[in-house]
Amino acid sequence: MTQSVKKPKVAVWKFASCDGCQLSLLDCEDELLAVTEQIEIANFPEASRAVIKGPYDLSLVEGSITTPHDAERIQMVRSVSKFVITIGACATAGGIQALRNFKDVNEFISVVYASPDYISTLDKSTPISEHIKVDFELRGCPIDKMQLVEVISAFLKGRKPNTPAHSTCIDCKRRGTVCVMVSQGKMCMGPVTHSGCGALCPSYNRGCYGCFGPKETANTSSLSSWHKKQGSDNDEILRAFRGFNAYSEPFRKESELHEKENTND
Amino acid sequence: MTEKKIIDREGLNQLIKVLLDMGFQVAGPTLRDEAIVYENIQSIKDLPEGWTDEQDGGIYRLKKRSDKALFGYVVGPHSWKKFLHPPERRLWKATLNESDFEIIPEESDPRKFAFLGVRSCELHAIAIQDKVFLEGNHKDPSYQLRRENAFFIAVHCGQAGGTCFCVSMNTGPRAESGFDLALTEVIHDNDHYFVVETGSDRGMDVIKKIPNRKAEAREVEHADSKIAEATAQMGRVLDTTNIKELLYQNLEHPQWDDIANRCLSCANCTMVCPTCFCSTVEDVTDITGDHAERWQKWDSCFTMDFSHLHGGEVRTSTKSRYRQWMTHKLASWQDQFGSSGCVGCGRCITWCPVAIDFTEEVPKICGSENSNTAVTKENEAPHENS
Repeated sequence: MTQSVKKPKVAVWKFASCDGCQLSLLDCEDELLAVTEQIEIANFPEASRAVIKGPYDLSLVEGSITTPHDAERIQMVRSVSKFVITIGACATAGGIQALRNFKDVNEFISVVYASPDYISTLDKSTPISEHIKVDFELRGCPIDKMQLVEVISAFLKGRKPNTPAHSTCIDCKRRGTVCVMVSQGKMCMGPVTHSGCGALCPSYNRGCYGCFGPKETANTSSLSSWHKKQGSDNDEILRAFRGFNAYSEPFRKESELHEKENTND
Repeated sequence: MTEKKIIDREGLNQLIKVLLDMGFQVAGPTLRDEAIVYENIQSIKDLPEGWTDEQDGGIYRLKKRSDKALFGYVVGPHSWKKFLHPPERRLWKATLNESDFEIIPEESDPRKFAFLGVRSCELHAIAIQDKVFLEGNHKDPSYQLRRENAFFIAVHCGQAGGTCFCVSMNTGPRAESGFDLALTEVIHDNDHYFVVETGSDRGMDVIKKIPNRKAEAREVEHADSKIAEATAQMGRVLDTTNIKELLYQNLEHPQWDDIANRCLSCANCTMVCPTCFCSTVEDVTDITGDHAERWQKWDSCFTMDFSHLHGGEVRTSTKSRYRQWMTHKLASWQDQFGSSGCVGCGRCITWCPVAIDFTEEVPKICGSENSNTAVTKENEAPHENS
């Protein structure tokens, strides 16, 4: 390709998160050089202190909104970005820190911090899409680096990325992994979980933890009923849905049902 | 029919060796991850000696047998589809030159498979996929090559599994055709041998290369009685009388909603089904945009993308997707390909994570000859947990 074409300017933003998804970009190793040949990394503090002023063609946003300051900052990100892609469970569903959404955050503050007055936080950890228009959401905790390369490649070529929303089961079956639910009776979130990791955990003989969040048309109640029939108690089912994607709507509603049942018990 | 032969365990081992020496990649049942799966094997040591499986809706468990049977189980999570119609396959690559794209076709698959332990229901499933891929105007040359090169060693079932219903579908347990060799495993008193039938000239040539002797009448009787045992043991039954008409008459039956409450739309049933053939095509580019590839991957009518057309998905509800699957398998398959799409192997029952069972649902939907009666009955029946 001709080098005279101006490279798209890309910014990477961090909100409430562990940085793992940003690191997936640096983890690209073999692809990283090719990536930097195609895009200009203009603002990526995890990688470099050099910052090129916006506006940006593409913003990758990691993390959830948990403070009043971040709620304002994300508006700034939108205003300087042509295209916004959220990367990972925090940015897309509120992340593990969204467990606070089911409790009173002020109670935590009083227990955890010596001077609670210094803490300025929001009641809830919320996904980016609750605050601004998001153009594409990439799932996962963390995201899959090859999916990130796919999404960037698709963005560069103006095509739809191949990130199917079907179950993780399809990935298990394509790779020939034996279903751990059926053959071993293990708790597995695969049938309600969005594809993307390549069905990693079942290939290591573990049930799926649901890191990629709810799949399209996730039937969480049927999966819960089955696990209950197989001997799982309410707490186990509650915890299965209260993972990295606890605040995504299908998982949140399902876990709240089991919380209620616990209270009724 | 040609006369039946007897080979012993060592003869079976020789058979594998002969096929390997002929350049075949021998695939057969083997133990992995708490199940009997189909993988490449090198000798009878790779076979699941002394193991059996117990199957029910949503449940598969391995159990030790009291004998040293090599084929003492039924079908597992895999089918031969994974070899003949691979789950993921690159169709072509393309590279951007100075002026144009150059398409680089995929080289044809040089592998020749010999399948050991193919059950009767599976031979029927392969015959059904043959119709899909090899008949009509659009043959799949890649499937054709693998299919024509393949050598089939059937095993007549000596026992039936908890979710088997091949007798209902008229597809087993005795393999009638479509094999090069067919074995019946017999363990009687202290004897352990295989009664061998030949089904082709190729099979005849191969059997000549391994030590064998003519079967005695009582040995053939023992083999036949094993197959009769399997017939009597069927774990499930499906009444297929007028099934096509009855399903078509009951497209709005309330049982479809009941199924949709339980169905995860996870697609496991379609992935394990040995006749389901649908695939999707993914085009990918690398980050430079100078290289592109087209991949074919197993797809399922349970995904939203499957029915995505201009304007959105056609089958948005799980109800419509399940109904599409079942009515295609049991009814419109007959219109399309001239046979049922179900071979009664029971995989969709065992490997459904929430145990949705064809053989339980069909009678509820088709109920009786009079569909209205069936509807009334269903409405009166209280549904637990729904």
